[in-house]
Amino acid sequence: MKLTVNGVTHEIDAGLAEMRLLDWLREELGLTGAKAGCEIGACGACTVLVDGRPVKSCTRRLRDVAGKSVLTIEGLTPLDGSLHPLQQAFLDAGAVQCGFCTPGMILAAHALLLRNPAPARAEIRQALQGNLCRCTGYQQIIDAVELAAKSYQK
Amino acid sequence: MAVSEMREKGWRNDGRAKVTGGAKFTGDLKFADMLHAVPVYADYIHALLTGINTAEAEKSPGVVRVLTYRDVPGANRFGQIIRDLRIFADDRIRCHGDVVAVVVAETRAQALAAAALVRVEAEPLPALLDPEKAMQPDAILIHESHGSNIINTHRVRSGDTEKGFAAADLILEKTYTTPFIEHAYMEPEVSIALPRPDGTMEVYGSMQHPFSTRRFVAACLGLPLADIEVIGTPLGGGFGGKDDTAAIVCARTALAARLLNRPVKMVYSRQWSIRESYKRHPYKVDYKMGLTREGRITAVDCRIIADGGAYCSVTPWVTWRSTVQCCGPYVVENVHCDTFGVYTNNPVTGAMRGFGSPQMNFVIESMIEEAAEKLGLTGIALRRMNLVRQGSTTITGQKLEGHTVAMEQVLDKVLEEIDYQNKLARCSHGRGNEEELYGIGLAMSYRGVSLGAEGVDFCAAIVNVQADGSVLLEAGVHENGQGAEAAMSLILARELGIDVDKIRYRRSSTSVIPDSGTTVASRGTIMGGGAVALAAQELKQKIAVFAAPELACAPEEISFTSNQIIGRGGRSLPFAEVIRGMFQKQQFPYALGVYRAPQVSWDEETGQGKAYFTWVYGCQAVELTVNRKSGKVRLLNAVACHDVGKAINNTMLLGQYYGGMAMGTGYALHEDLHIDGGRIGHTNLNRYRIPRSTDLCEMRAIVVENHDPVSPTGAKSIGEPSNEIMAPAIANAIHHATGVRYYHLPIRIAGTDVPEEAQKRGQL
Repeated sequence: MKLTVNGVTHEIDAGLAEMRLLDWLREELGLTGAKAGCEIGACGACTVLVDGRPVKSCTRRLRDVAGKSVLTIEGLTPLDGSLHPLQQAFLDAGAVQCGFCTPGMILAAHALLLRNPAPARAEIRQALQGNLCRCTGYQQIIDAVELAAKSYQK
Repeated sequence: MAVSEMREKGWRNDGRAKVTGGAKFTGDLKFADMLHAVPVYADYIHALLTGINTAEAEKSPGVVRVLTYRDVPGANRFGQIIRDLRIFADDRIRCHGDVVAVVVAETRAQALAAAALVRVEAEPLPALLDPEKAMQPDAILIHESHGSNIINTHRVRSGDTEKGFAAADLILEKTYTTPFIEHAYMEPEVSIALPRPDGTMEVYGSMQHPFSTRRFVAACLGLPLADIEVIGTPLGGGFGGKDDTAAIVCARTALAARLLNRPVKMVYSRQWSIRESYKRHPYKVDYKMGLTREGRITAVDCRIIADGGAYCSVTPWVTWRSTVQCCGPYVVENVHCDTFGVYTNNPVTGAMRGFGSPQMNFVIESMIEEAAEKLGLTGIALRRMNLVRQGSTTITGQKLEGHTVAMEQVLDKVLEEIDYQNKLARCSHGRGNEEELYGIGLAMSYRGVSLGAEGVDFCAAIVNVQADGSVLLEAGVHENGQGAEAAMSLILARELGIDVDKIRYRRSSTSVIPDSGTTVASRGTIMGGGAVALAAQELKQKIAVFAAPELACAPEEISFTSNQIIGRGGRSLPFAEVIRGMFQKQQFPYALGVYRAPQVSWDEETGQGKAYFTWVYGCQAVELTVNRKSGKVRLLNAVACHDVGKAINNTMLLGQYYGGMAMGTGYALHEDLHIDGGRIGHTNLNRYRIPRSTDLCEMRAIVVENHDPVSPTGAKSIGEPSNEIMAPAIANAIHHATGVRYYHLPIRIAGTDVPEEAQKRGQL
C-alpha cells in the first residue's frame, strides 16, 4: 500500500490498513499540524487535503486513502522559510487566536481557493462550515481567505 | 516593522508557528519512555462508593498501574474556595463526571482497553437535580461537611424596595432561565508530567491557570510549590473553562509520573472533556422591576439561583458578579437581591467567559425592553432615562468616577452605525404575510473590570535586557490564544522605544514569575500590561541614570525612541550600546514590575461597596429574520461598540469582539448540552452545536478609547464584555420580529409561536 504525503511517497505495511489517517500522520510521521478535536469528523481540526479535497483525517483509515496524495499544513508551508500567501493572509487579517483549528481551516480554505479563486464571502462561509472555530467568530478568517484569493488568481 | 504598524496588523509572536503547524500543543509533545493514562468513570449520578476493583484491569496487557484515591500521597480533596473537588472520587460519586480511577499503560490503546475492566461498587443515593429542591432543609446533603446544599449566598440591600414599588406605575415580574453551557474550546484537556532526577516535577498541560495548576499538583503530591514547575504551552482555547478541572487532569498525570517515575501523558477525548469539565452556571432568576409611567426605574427585587453542580469551584465568585451587576447599567435606588449558589448532582459549574454576567444581562435587557413596550416608550428612551453616567452611584453605592463613563457614547455609536431608529420602524412584530419576519434588537452592559472584590488582584512582569540589547519578557498572565504575549510585547516595545522583534517573550514558568493569579476576568491586558508598563518604567529609570552623564543631561530629560536613547538637544546613543555599557559596569538592566489593582471593598451583609476599580461600557445590536413557519433565525448584521480604554493590538482586539459575539450567538440560539437526569446527552460537537461560519453574519466592531487613568497603559478589557450582551440583543431582535418574548435560553421558536402569540396580543 502506497501513500504520498506532502510529495513524499511512503510504503505502508498492510498491517496498518485500519489505522486512522490522523493517527498515522501524527504518530508515525510526526506531522502534528492536524489536531484531534472531536474524533468523529464534526470539528474539522484534523482536516487535510486528499487529492486536493478537504478530508477529516480522523474519519479515514489508511486503506481508504491508499494510492492517494495527502497535503498537510506542513506540506503547504514553503521550504525556504517563507509563508504561503494564505498563511500570510491568516496572520495579516488576524485570523489566528488559539491556533488549534488553524491548520485545518487553512487547508479547507486552500481547497476552496484552488477550486474557486474568487469566492464571494458567502461562498467562503459555506466552504468553511465544516471547520469549527470557537475563538474568532470566523469574521477575520473570511477576511483572510478573501485577502489571499488574489494570489490564486494569477 | 514599526510598533505602530504591528499594532494595526495584529502581529503575534506565535503567529508563524500557528499557521505552519509548527506550534506544539501539549498533545503534540512526546517524551522518551512515556506512559499513557486514561480516566475511568462510573455510570452513577449520586452514590456511596463502596468499592473499586482494579485487579482485572491491572492484569490487562501493557498496564503498569491503576490509580485510585488510595494512591494519593497528599490531599485528595482540593479547591480554590472550598476543598471539595476530588482528585479521585473517595467517599461518594457526586456527578456523572466524577473520576474513580486512572489507568496507566505503555500505550493509550492498552490503557483504554483496561479502563473498561475497572469495576465500581456503589449504592445509589437520591440524585438532587433541581437546585430549588436541593435548597430545602430536608434535602439530602451532597457534601455533609458543608452542612448545607447552599454553597454560598450574596445580597444587595439598597434603599427601600417597598417604597420603591409603591411609587411605581408599572410592576413587571418574570422568571427567566438560562442553560448549562460548554466552553467547547477546540482542544480537549491534555497533560504531560515529567519527573526530574532531583525529585521535582515538570508539568505541561492544556490549562489556563498555571499557578492554580501548580497548587493542585503540589497538594495532590504532598510537595512544596517549589517542587512543581508548570510550563506554559500553547493552549487550544480556554474561555474560562480550563482552570480547576483542567488542573486536576494535570494533578492526576503528575501523580502517575511521580509514582512510576516515568513521563506520563493523558489525552482527553471530547466525550470525557464534556463529561467532566465544568460548565457555565444555569440560572433561574425571579426578577421584579417597578417603573414610573415616565420610565424611571423605582425598584428591583431579584432572586438568583445558580446551579453549582456537584462541587463549589468558583461559584461564590461567579454569583458575586451577578449580584453586583444585577441591575445592569442603570441607576436604581431601591434594590433587594438575594443570590444562592447551590450544590446539585448535575455537572459541576464554574468560570466561563462573562462569569455570571451573561445570565443577568439576558434577564435585565429583556425586561427593560418589555417594560418600555408596556409604557409605550422605546427601549432606547427608557435606557437613556436610567443609564449610569459620569458620577452616578451604582446599586452597591459605588460612585463612578476617575474614568470616563461612556454608556451613552457607546449607545450613540451603535445606533448610528446600524441605523437603529429607522430599522426599528421596519420590524415585523409578527404582523403581515412575509415568510421572513424582520427584527432589530440591542442590549447594553457595564462590567466591572478584573476580579473586583472577589480576590487579591495583582500581576508581575519581568524585563531582562541581555548584553546585546535583546530583551526577554515574561508576565504573569497566560497565553490562552487571545494574543496576550503579543500584547505584552507590543506594550514593552512602545515603552522602551525599540522594535518588537528585539523582544522575546519567555516561555512562561511558574518557577520564575511570581504568582500573578489567573488569566480570567478579562484582566490580561489591564493587569499584565500594567505590570509590563511599570517594569519598563523602572528599567528606563535605571538606564537613564546610567546614560545621563554621557548624554550630558539629567536622567529625567532622557527619552526612548527608534532604538535610541535620546538626551537634550538631540544627542543620542543606540539602545544596544548603552546596554552594553551597563553590563561592562555591572549594572544589570533588569526590572520586576508589579501592578497592584486599586483598592476595592465589599460588605457581604449589605451588599454595598466599591466593587470594582474601574468599569467597561458596551452596546451591541443585531438584525435578523425569523422564518414564520420553521422558526429558524438568520442573523443579518451585528454591530458592537465597547469602550476598551486603549487598543493595544487593534486586529487582535477586533478578534475578541467577533469571537465574543459568536459565542453569545451560540448561547442565544444553539447551545444545549441536553442534560437529562444528571447525564449529558450531547457529549460531542456534532450534537452540542457551537456556531458555524454559516450560522453567523458579518459583524462590525467599533472601538472607543477613553484612556483609563487607573490603568498604566490606559487599556481596560474586552474578552468578556463582547460576549455578555449578544444573547439579549438577539432576544430583543427576535421579539421585534415575532412579537413574542422568550424567557428561556437557548431560544427555541416553534413555527406556531408567532401567529398564535401575536394574535393573543391583538397584533395580527
